[in-house]
Amino acid sequence: MADPGPVVVLEGVTVMYGAQAALEDVSIVFNGGAVGLLGPNGAGKSTMIKALLGLIVPGRGRMRVLGMDVAGSPLDIRGRVGYMPESDAHIPGMNAVTFVAYCGELSGLPHVDAMQRAHEVLFYVGLGEARYRNVETYSTGMKQRIKLAQALVHDPDLLFLDEPTNGMDPKGRDEMLELVRDLAHHKGVNVIVSSHLLPDVEYTCDEVVVMDQGRVAAAGPIQSLKQPRGQVFELRVKTPDLDLFISHLRAAGLDCHATEDDVMRVFVPGAGGARDLFAIAARERVQVRHLRPSVPTLEDVFTSAVGER
Amino acid sequence: MPIHDQGYRRYGGTRAPHGRSWAVIAVAGVRTLIGRRAFVGLLLVSWLPFFVRAVQIYAAANLPQAAFLAPDARMFRQFLEQQEVFLFFVTVYAGAGLIANDRRANALQIYLSKPLTRAEYVFGKLAVLMTFLLLVSWIPAVVLLIVQIVFSGSFRFFLDNLFLFPAITVFSFIQVIAVSTAMLALSSLSNSSRYVGILYAGLIFFSQAIYGVVYAVTRDSSLAWMSIAFDLNQVGDAIFRLPLRYSMPVPVAFLAVAALVGASALVLERRVKGVEVVA
Repeated sequence: MADPGPVVVLEGVTVMYGAQAALEDVSIVFNGGAVGLLGPNGAGKSTMIKALLGLIVPGRGRMRVLGMDVAGSPLDIRGRVGYMPESDAHIPGMNAVTFVAYCGELSGLPHVDAMQRAHEVLFYVGLGEARYRNVETYSTGMKQRIKLAQALVHDPDLLFLDEPTNGMDPKGRDEMLELVRDLAHHKGVNVIVSSHLLPDVEYTCDEVVVMDQGRVAAAGPIQSLKQPRGQVFELRVKTPDLDLFISHLRAAGLDCHATEDDVMRVFVPGAGGARDLFAIAARERVQVRHLRPSVPTLEDVFTSAVGER
Repeated sequence: MPIHDQGYRRYGGTRAPHGRSWAVIAVAGVRTLIGRRAFVGLLLVSWLPFFVRAVQIYAAANLPQAAFLAPDARMFRQFLEQQEVFLFFVTVYAGAGLIANDRRANALQIYLSKPLTRAEYVFGKLAVLMTFLLLVSWIPAVVLLIVQIVFSGSFRFFLDNLFLFPAITVFSFIQVIAVSTAMLALSSLSNSSRYVGILYAGLIFFSQAIYGVVYAVTRDSSLAWMSIAFDLNQVGDAIFRLPLRYSMPVPVAFLAVAALVGASALVLERRVKGVEVVA
């Protein structure tokens, strides 16, 4: 298990892109282990990671990574962290093993050690058989794996993974998630996974930070965030005006989200539970066709956190 | 149980201190280019004038009938001028893709997420190009000087022209630094190495053409500073203590070269970034 103490600390960090705030007065602590950085597109997840790497200088605030100040020791930090970028990225004209070894050398490893670790890491990420192929001939899934390999080759204490399963097929995605989970839980590497895919974060991480519009919307251990402060129900109703009914539910303080089926997930705060739901339905003369208690998921936490803003 | 657990191990070995990554970049770049046959062919062809000059020196030193071929400072200046054509091709071949290819492959965010600064990255790339450019200008010229000493069997020519070695060195480095920084700056402006090559050729030939038109109208060569190639010619003639071919003052030529290097550095400072922010 990785270091349980804080590995990343942000204090009042603001990053502006012109007049647009990408991060707005963000203060948060990332503990060791596996932490998910969740949020919709444009929430500020990638900006936060790039700021922590020193690639973007915040207008305000302080950041510490592995106990070091980002503004004061960016190179020391980059020597101890690995970064897997979101977009396709490689060094052109190199095969996989040369590329990964080169990244190791750039991180300060001697040539022989870098080459040895490149082979090991490529086997670890599942590219052992393809390690002498030019990276430019790789499929999308293989490119994701090589990005992980280059981030791992110098044995970082902290890994930033930006959308690690982007563009991968289901099997490749499962394997990538296994790798991330293994790194965090068995190899002693602290991992921060930025993703908008809730199942990925729920599977790999112990804690989560939910971002929305450049701010932290929720943060904490996934299990405690999922602890109900009320009850969640699956609800299907018969009504000529569903939107009106949803607005009545929301007016009564109930959180309501549509799912892929015609079933809604309704969060009922307090102890009222199903009785509150039935009372509102009766008052609005809406027929309840289906009502079933449900287990809170990370999606509920996410939609609740993002929806509250 | 992880699927691909082939024994990932923590690394317990040594790590180099920061500040040496530029050398890693330079060595990798040199290796990559040396691996291309066409480029090695170009380098070999670029040494042909050296062999011609070596034969000239040998003949002048050993055959009384060929005494009129005896080398002087002008010969070394002419040799470096002849090498400019190879300098151009090597610059385009080796330099156009140095940053452009990294931009195309999004490699900058890989590089700059490692413990190296932007300056180290630029210096590493610069070192790749400068290595090959010095290989076709400074090194053959210096070897030619050594060849002269060996074939003549005395240090007389060397001692009589003591300024030659510093002149070759200073001029070659000014030329190579100016050309390398300009090419690197152009390479940082695009994702396409072909486009960069065309841009560089345009910079060289278009500036010459503009000056040619201006000269045809004014018959005044004091405006030769418009062409970077002519600026370098003027600087070269001054360093080799030869009659100047343009009426532009030498400090102006030096300033034009310095301005090119400064502008290139500014472009590189703005373009070499791990993150491009489009506000």
